[in-house]
Amino acid sequence: MADIVIIDYGMGNVHSVFKALDKIADKRSHVKISNSLEEIKKSSHIVFPGQGAASECMLNISRYLDVTEFKKIINKKPFLGICMGLQVLMTASEENNGADCLDIIDGRVCSFENRIQDNYKIPHMGWSEVMQTREHPIWNNIPDKSFFYFVHSYFVDINEQDNILSKTSYGLEFTSSLFKNNIVAVQFHPEKSSSNGLRLLENFIKWDGQI
Amino acid sequence: MQLKLAVLKMSLHKRIIPCLDVDNGRVVKGINFVNIVDAGDPVEVAKRYDDEGADEIAFLDITATHQGRKTIIDIVEKVASEVFIPLTVGGGVSDYDDVLNLLSAGADKVAINSASVLNPDLINKVTDKIGRQCIVAAIDVKQNDKKTWNVFTHGGRKSTQLDAVEWAKEINQRGAGEILLTSMDRDGTRKGFDLDLLQTISNEVSIPVIASGGAGKLEHLKDAILHGKADAVLAASIFHYSIYSIKDVKDYLKSNGVLVRI
Repeated sequence: MADIVIIDYGMGNVHSVFKALDKIADKRSHVKISNSLEEIKKSSHIVFPGQGAASECMLNISRYLDVTEFKKIINKKPFLGICMGLQVLMTASEENNGADCLDIIDGRVCSFENRIQDNYKIPHMGWSEVMQTREHPIWNNIPDKSFFYFVHSYFVDINEQDNILSKTSYGLEFTSSLFKNNIVAVQFHPEKSSSNGLRLLENFIKWDGQI
Repeated sequence: MQLKLAVLKMSLHKRIIPCLDVDNGRVVKGINFVNIVDAGDPVEVAKRYDDEGADEIAFLDITATHQGRKTIIDIVEKVASEVFIPLTVGGGVSDYDDVLNLLSAGADKVAINSASVLNPDLINKVTDKIGRQCIVAAIDVKQNDKKTWNVFTHGGRKSTQLDAVEWAKEINQRGAGEILLTSMDRDGTRKGFDLDLLQTISNEVSIPVIASGGAGKLEHLKDAILHGKADAVLAASIFHYSIYSIKDVKDYLKSNGVLVRI
């Protein structure tokens, strides 16, 4: 049984994530879309999606939520960041001439541009293999090298290698998912990754935040 | 160097996209844009394709009436609640609000055809505001006497003076995320894709090209990728009538050296 809150802070379509969680949640669980700190505090699991630019994302977080309070909550219960919801956990992004991010994970957000060969189109859009680099409850029943669906022009480069959960190759090898204590975050879109994606979401809502 | 580039390019997985033509809430399929026959319930058909391993699903709304247009939003909502792979929706998209409505109903990408010819700035507007990944520029073309291709709009009913290659370059420039290229000469014929057309356009644009119109045999899909240089292949009738399953197609492509998600 879980009380899941999907945070809607005006950064892209939260409905796909809602539909996927609603599909897999058991009857006693609740899935809500909200941006109220009270609702987020009451929840058992937080899902933090998002698309777009890091600077705009930070701006919107501060517009909808108290950033200091939000950071405290992030560190307390099972938290899943998706796409921009992963990138914004970093220290900073090189997007828009170096935007500050939430600084929860020591790392930075980097552009594919000028780092990969021209024949790799940007954004990286499509299905790619996710190579699991360590065990974690979110990988339960998901085979190594499963395909997940990606749409992104930036990737994260983190300093603590032990926090990396998987790598993916697109012109270069990048971190496609990571964890830190109660936090997991993925670059791909589990809500668009068919059965493996749904399994990952199911693993997340069953997770108590302990490693 | 040439060889190395070719090998690298192969490292991107090719996508197989079943297309559902939807008319008043039902999946249909016509031949050369006419002779429409019923092929099932959109949610059921989409679910089957997801189970078989489709990489994306495309919906093309061919309903002509305004009232019918509302049903496509309803269908997208329903399908997006049951099927969790990327959904592309097109047909009759005329302005920015249409795009937003389809995206909030659960579409991941919206295909724009006639509206982009009538008002090319629409492409810039959507991609600036929402990002290029959600716009698919659909181009319907027919070969002319000079062996080049002209762009058609309004479901293939109206011809324009636009040259297909020049138009593809322009919408690439304007920010479209991909091009869905349909050969009207081949559509529904099952005689194979127009490989000349595909190769010519693929060589001129930097965004992915989706081949459409003419899939009938397994080698047609392979040819579209290996000779036509398509990044993805879209097909309707071969899947609807279970001539091949998505899995048949992918197994065949894999055994012929094409990288696909299995």
